[in-house]
Amino acid sequence: MLDHTPTKKTLVEVDGLRMYFPITAGLLRRKVGDVKAVDGVSFNIYEGETLGLVGESGCGKSTCGRALLRLYNVTEGSIRIGGVDIATLSHDALRRMRPTMQMVFQDPQASLNPRMTVAGIIGEPLDEHTKLSHSEKLERIYELMDAVGLSRDFANRYPHAFSGGQRQRIGIARALALSPKFIVCDEPIAALDVSIQAQVVNLLEELQDRLGLTYLFISHDLSMVRHIADRVAVMYLGKIVELAGREALYESPKHPYTQALLSAVPEPNPENESSRRRIILTGDVPSPANPPKGCNFCTRCPKVMEICHRVEPASREIEPGRFVACHLYETATTAETTAAHNSAGKARLSNDNQPTQQGV
Amino acid sequence: MPDGAQTVLHVEGLKTVFKVRGGEVHAVNSVSFDIKPGELLGVVGESGSGKSVTMMSLLGLLPSPPAEVREGRVMFEGRDLLKCTPSELRKVRGLGVGFIFQDPMTSLNPVFTVGFQIMEPLRRHLGMNKEAARKRAQELLELVNIPDAAQRLGDYPHQFSGGMRQRVMIAIALACDPKVLIADEPTTALDVTIQAQILELVRELRHKLGMAIVWITHDLGVIAGIADRVIVMYGGQIVEQAPVKELFAHPRHPYTRALLKTVPSVRGARAAKLNVIEGQPPMLTAVPTSCPFRPRCANAIERCAAENPLRRKVGPGHDVACFRDFDEKGALA
Repeated sequence: MLDHTPTKKTLVEVDGLRMYFPITAGLLRRKVGDVKAVDGVSFNIYEGETLGLVGESGCGKSTCGRALLRLYNVTEGSIRIGGVDIATLSHDALRRMRPTMQMVFQDPQASLNPRMTVAGIIGEPLDEHTKLSHSEKLERIYELMDAVGLSRDFANRYPHAFSGGQRQRIGIARALALSPKFIVCDEPIAALDVSIQAQVVNLLEELQDRLGLTYLFISHDLSMVRHIADRVAVMYLGKIVELAGREALYESPKHPYTQALLSAVPEPNPENESSRRRIILTGDVPSPANPPKGCNFCTRCPKVMEICHRVEPASREIEPGRFVACHLYETATTAETTAAHNSAGKARLSNDNQPTQQGV
Repeated sequence: MPDGAQTVLHVEGLKTVFKVRGGEVHAVNSVSFDIKPGELLGVVGESGSGKSVTMMSLLGLLPSPPAEVREGRVMFEGRDLLKCTPSELRKVRGLGVGFIFQDPMTSLNPVFTVGFQIMEPLRRHLGMNKEAARKRAQELLELVNIPDAAQRLGDYPHQFSGGMRQRVMIAIALACDPKVLIADEPTTALDVTIQAQILELVRELRHKLGMAIVWITHDLGVIAGIADRVIVMYGGQIVEQAPVKELFAHPRHPYTRALLKTVPSVRGARAAKLNVIEGQPPMLTAVPTSCPFRPRCANAIERCAAENPLRRKVGPGHDVACFRDFDEKGALA
C-alpha cells in the first residue's frame, strides 16, 4: 500500500505491533485476559526526523517506545531498524544491535545509579560494547560531557549532586556514548521545570542537527511536541488514531480525539482563553484490559455514529502522508485520495508531510 | 474590583524556614498578599519557588520540625491564624478554608469510603447527623458532576479514576462552604482532557458559590484561562503581582517575561528555537540579601547584588520586585 516513493530513507519500520500484558488470577496464576497496551500500531520513522508520539497517560505510548527497542518481548508484529527485524532477533544478535538504538528515560532521578559517578554512568555502555583503553574511554567521556554541556570537573561526582536538568543531561550523554542512530526519548522533560525543559529540548535539537540523530519523542505535552517533532502520531488506548505532519495536525486536526486533545490545551493568553471554544470530553479513558467494541474512542466521541459501536475503523490515508482511523472520513476517502494525488497532492507534499506506509 | 475592597485573607511578611542537616532552607521570604471575596488568585512559579509552602504555612499544615513559620501575620475573620491553638486551627481548616491537594491518588484515605470522607467534615464542623450528612454528601457529588452519586458514596477511592478522585477532593473541600478555597496544583497530575473537565467545573462552581479561590500552578496556560489576578513567585518571594490580562500583556519582571517566552504554544507561530532561561533556580540557604533572580537575569545591575528589591507599584494593582524600569514592550526605559 505504499503510494509514494519516500523522499527520505526509512530508518524504523513498525508493522502491526502488539504488546499485551497478561492478567493472571487465582493460585495457579491462570491467565484470564490481556491488557492490550499497544494494539496493532504501524508507522515509519525517517532518517534524521523526529516523530512525536502523544497521548494521555495509559494510552500505551511509553510501552510502544520501550517495545520499539525490545525492552519487552513483543506479542506480535515486526520492528525493523535499519532493515533488521529486532522483534525476533536472538539475544546475542540483539545485543550487537543495541549500540545503534538507545533510550533517554523519563525520570532522571531513577534512571541513574546513585552509587556510580558521572564518568562511570556515561562510560558503562563503552565498557559493555567497546574495547577502548582506559585513557581513550576517559577522552570519549569528556567529549560527551562537553557535547551535552556538562563541565568536565563534574566527572567524579555522584548523581545526587546534580539538579534535574543536569541529571537529564547525564542521561542524554549516556544514550549518546555509542553513537546511536536512533534514540527513543520517553517523556524526557516531564519531570523538569518549565525553564529547564526548554534547555533540554534545545540540547536535543542541537545534537540532532550535529549528529544526524533520529528521535521518537514521546510526550503528553502537545505544545512541546509541536516544537520538536516533524511528524506527530496521536495514540488513544493502544492505537494510533491520527498520524500527520506537524503543521497539518496542529492546524486542522481530523480525528475527533485529536481535536478534543488540542482544544483542551490551555493557552497562555487570557484574551483568547476566555473566548476560545473548547471541546470538553465526558468520562474517562476505558480500561485497556476491556476496550469497547468497535472504535476505541466511541464511548467519549462527540461525533459518534451508529457504525462506531460495531466496526473498528481502519487507519486510512486521507491526504498524502496523513492517516486517520475514523469512520467520519471513510466514505469520502476513495474520492479524496485520488483527487489529492492528481492535483493538490504534489503541492502539499512540499510541506513536511511525509508519505507513510500504511499497515494494520 | 477596587483596591480598597474588603479582603477575606490578608497575609503579611510570612517567613517559613526548614531546618535541614547542615543548615536552613529559607523557603518563604517576606511574602505578603491579599485575597478578596469571590476572586480567583493564581499563583505561578517553578517547583521550589515556595508557592505550596506558603499556602501550607497559612493553615499550619507543615510538619514542625523541620518547618518553622518564623514571622508574619495571616489575618482571617479577624484572627491571626499563626497564633491560633491547634484546636482553633482545626476549626478553620475545612470550615473556613478548604484545601485541594495536588495528588488525588494519595490524598484520599484508601480504607474509608468516599461517602465517609465527604461526610467527615460535615459531621465534625457542622454537627450534622448521619442522615443529613449523607444527603449533603450526595448533593456535593452531584455538584461536582459525578454520575450515580447515591451509589458511589459507598465506593472506595480505588474504584474511582484520577479525574473522579480529584472531583471527590473538590467535593470534600467544598463540603462546609468555605470562604477561601486553596487549590494546590489540582490538575497537574491529570491528563489534559481531564484537566479541561476540572477547569470547566471550577469556572461553573465559582459563579454558583462565590468563594475566593487561590489556584497554585506552574502552568501559565491554566492561569490565563481562570485567574483574575496573578502572583508570580521565584526563590521564595513574590516577584510580580498583577491582574491577569495586564500580566500577560505587560509583564514587568525579567523572570515573568522570560517565563512567558520559554513556553511553546499549540497555536500561533512556531519559534525555530526555544527561548531559554540559563542557569538554575537558587538554593535558599540563607536570608536573601540580593535579588534571587540576579544570576539568571540579563538586565542585572550592581544594585541587584547589593540589596533585595522590594515590591513597588507600577500600575493599577500591578507591582513588581525589580529595580529596573521596563516599558510596555519590555525594553529598558
